Amino acid sequence: MKTPILLELSEITKTFPGVKANNDISFSIKPGEIHALLGENGAGKSTLVKIIYGIMQPDHGQMFFGEKLYKPSEPFEARANGIGMVFQHFSLFEALTVAENIELGINKEAASKDLNRQISEISETYGLPVDPIQRIGSLSVGECQRVEVVRCLLQKPRLLIMDEPTSVLTPQESHLLFQTLTKLSQDGCSILYISHKLEEIRMLCERATVLRDGKVVAQCSPREESARSLAKMMIGSNLKTPQPSKPAFGEKRLSVNGLSINSTNPLGTSLCNLVFEVRAGEILGIAGVAGNGQTELFEVLSGERTVDKNMVQLDHRLVGHEGPTKRRELGMCCIPEERVGHAVVPDMSLWENCILSARTRQKLERNGFLNIPASHNFAEKIVENFNVKTPSVKRDVRSLSGGNLQKFIVGREMLQNPRILVIMQPTWGVDAAAAADIHFALNELAETGTAILTISQDLDELIAISNSFAVISEGRLSEPRPTINVTIEEIGLLMGKTSHFEKNEQNDPP
Amino acid sequence: MDLLILILQGIIVAATPLVFAAIGELVVERAGVLNLGVEGMMILGAVSGFAITLESGSILIGIVSAALAGGAAALLFGILTQLLLSNQVATGLALTIFGLGLSALLGQGYSGATVMALEKIHITVLSDIPILGAIIFSYDPLIYLSFGLTGCVAWFLAKTRAGLILRAVGENHDAAHALGYGVVKIRLAALVFGGACAGIGGAYLSIVQTPFWVEDMTSGRGWIALAIVVFSTWHPGRALLGAYLFGGVTVVQLHVQGLGVDIQAQVLSMLPYIVTIIVLVMISRDTLRAKLNAPACLNKSFFASS
Repeated sequence: MKTPILLELSEITKTFPGVKANNDISFSIKPGEIHALLGENGAGKSTLVKIIYGIMQPDHGQMFFGEKLYKPSEPFEARANGIGMVFQHFSLFEALTVAENIELGINKEAASKDLNRQISEISETYGLPVDPIQRIGSLSVGECQRVEVVRCLLQKPRLLIMDEPTSVLTPQESHLLFQTLTKLSQDGCSILYISHKLEEIRMLCERATVLRDGKVVAQCSPREESARSLAKMMIGSNLKTPQPSKPAFGEKRLSVNGLSINSTNPLGTSLCNLVFEVRAGEILGIAGVAGNGQTELFEVLSGERTVDKNMVQLDHRLVGHEGPTKRRELGMCCIPEERVGHAVVPDMSLWENCILSARTRQKLERNGFLNIPASHNFAEKIVENFNVKTPSVKRDVRSLSGGNLQKFIVGREMLQNPRILVIMQPTWGVDAAAAADIHFALNELAETGTAILTISQDLDELIAISNSFAVISEGRLSEPRPTINVTIEEIGLLMGKTSHFEKNEQNDPP
Repeated sequence: MDLLILILQGIIVAATPLVFAAIGELVVERAGVLNLGVEGMMILGAVSGFAITLESGSILIGIVSAALAGGAAALLFGILTQLLLSNQVATGLALTIFGLGLSALLGQGYSGATVMALEKIHITVLSDIPILGAIIFSYDPLIYLSFGLTGCVAWFLAKTRAGLILRAVGENHDAAHALGYGVVKIRLAALVFGGACAGIGGAYLSIVQTPFWVEDMTSGRGWIALAIVVFSTWHPGRALLGAYLFGGVTVVQLHVQGLGVDIQAQVLSMLPYIVTIIVLVMISRDTLRAKLNAPACLNKSFFASS
């Protein structure tokens, strides 16, 4: 007897101008199995699941769902067939309530009158507490994801697609999610699990399909592989592992003394009495779930938002009241989370973008005139040292892919010989090879005596590169301590420590 | 007493074009599109409503064609901004200028002509109630339509699935697209509805309020309607209120002028605009409130890249 197949993909090909995003992809998913789709950014995972969910149509190839030819032209059809999807960047509407969001994500026929009852039924069965009348804007990221999952489960799916679900969760939240997924698969629902986190795939998934450059390069059983061998399949070569630098720190470079401010964004988080310092050669990592005050902290450090001058100190100078230009002059370089539009201007060339940030420290401007040859040289130096793939520094920054763009931005700030570097989400959305390069470069920079502050949501990353460690939660910072002594579980507890009650109250409209 | 009734009636008549235009634009903005061409769509509605009424002799046909004219202008805006991804602010301004120019051209032969104004509905018994009858039950059908429209739009946005989808598109077009809703189609539909409303509002000026055609007769009411939408923080009921506030100040200042109070007429004519600005400033002082209510994707172009 042949094993039943729920979804079969056969020779799926999708071409975009200049790229073959999916090239001849074939694999199948069995009923009730948790199947991993593994690959780096740009390997074609997202395109493939969009094809399965009916957002895009393949150029060639066929799909069979439950042995029948399946050719969705719209997500409605996918949902009607019993395919649900939880998106990586949530498809939620902040100003609407949980119930309204759920109604939008299910087909008309399923949106019956007792929706609220159905929601509470599902949340009880699968341990996913949600409150239908709350606004999404007031929920934490983990809660948002629960809403997405509930929304899918309401349609009693036979296949659930999860696109990088844990990239925004605390370890505890991830753990809860895994329990839900395991229960679902026991109930007979198949799950297509997309991720590049190898450990969780080894823990959760029975089979894996590995994509590289739009092609299937391997099919394996992740439980029989090591994280290292999986990574090798994924990127096709061995990874450099960063070595945390020796904890021999120099003098105090950056100190923040009792920083308290109110957020300017109604849905933001206010900071409350932050105290920390970073010494020369030290890498301080600040962890936390998004929206706990990281954006506000970054604005204050970069000088985009000025505060009382005593609150921020560079070397021996009080600079809380100084703007970004002055701080850069004094040796503080900052790399924000938002790359396009915050770190770089997408419609300007690489060399022009160099001037925007490095004009004082690299003397790319004199008496109001641009030093164009020097800017070209500086840009070329970045491209060379940081292995940025681009045909010319005259190209628009827009043309760089995510990983290349981040390498360019990181390079631009690092090559200015900063005394202090503040970097937010250093490897967000960057593929594993580029991430390893960036980690390596950060370590090297710290060894030359620069003080580095990293704000990230990726715990593995922070543990791998930082010497000291603190957690930001609800706008408060835990006491920094040496990374060597902390465990992932401890950090997770710190991250989820405070309840969301306080925050909700602030966010409710008057 | 009679004067009071007269003023109240005047306010309602003065406010009605604004109600139509503001409610239409409110729906458009809730879908995430900023159409600054309200003034242009109103004046096109005014000229075509007037001309067609005069030619056909039927006010109903006139009003329908005003709605069609406004809708067509909005569709043009929609094609440019939604399909060809032109800038919404620039295109909206161009639409206003275009509408003013085109209406002057079309209306050349009609200056000085008049049509029979729309008659008031007389409801037996109700309209004969003293005072109340005069204040509530003595208007033309379009005024009742404007009330009905406000109610329907409020109900549509708050209670129906289609209304929820429309708000969702204005809130986060990428997410709406990912869930399979046709962002561009929904926005085009909202735009055409908004344009038709603006057209009717314009026709109310030229057919009912002052039953003749004059160039530039909307005199900035489209802009006031836009301001009212912000004033209302995108709630239909408050938009109605805003229109009446502006209409009220307009009529009261006319009566004050009529009473011969010793203030220069120009100063009094400025009043409605000044009041609007003051109210807007007071509202936007509460940025938190404005930010929470404003559709998050307002004035952002949508392009389905994936």
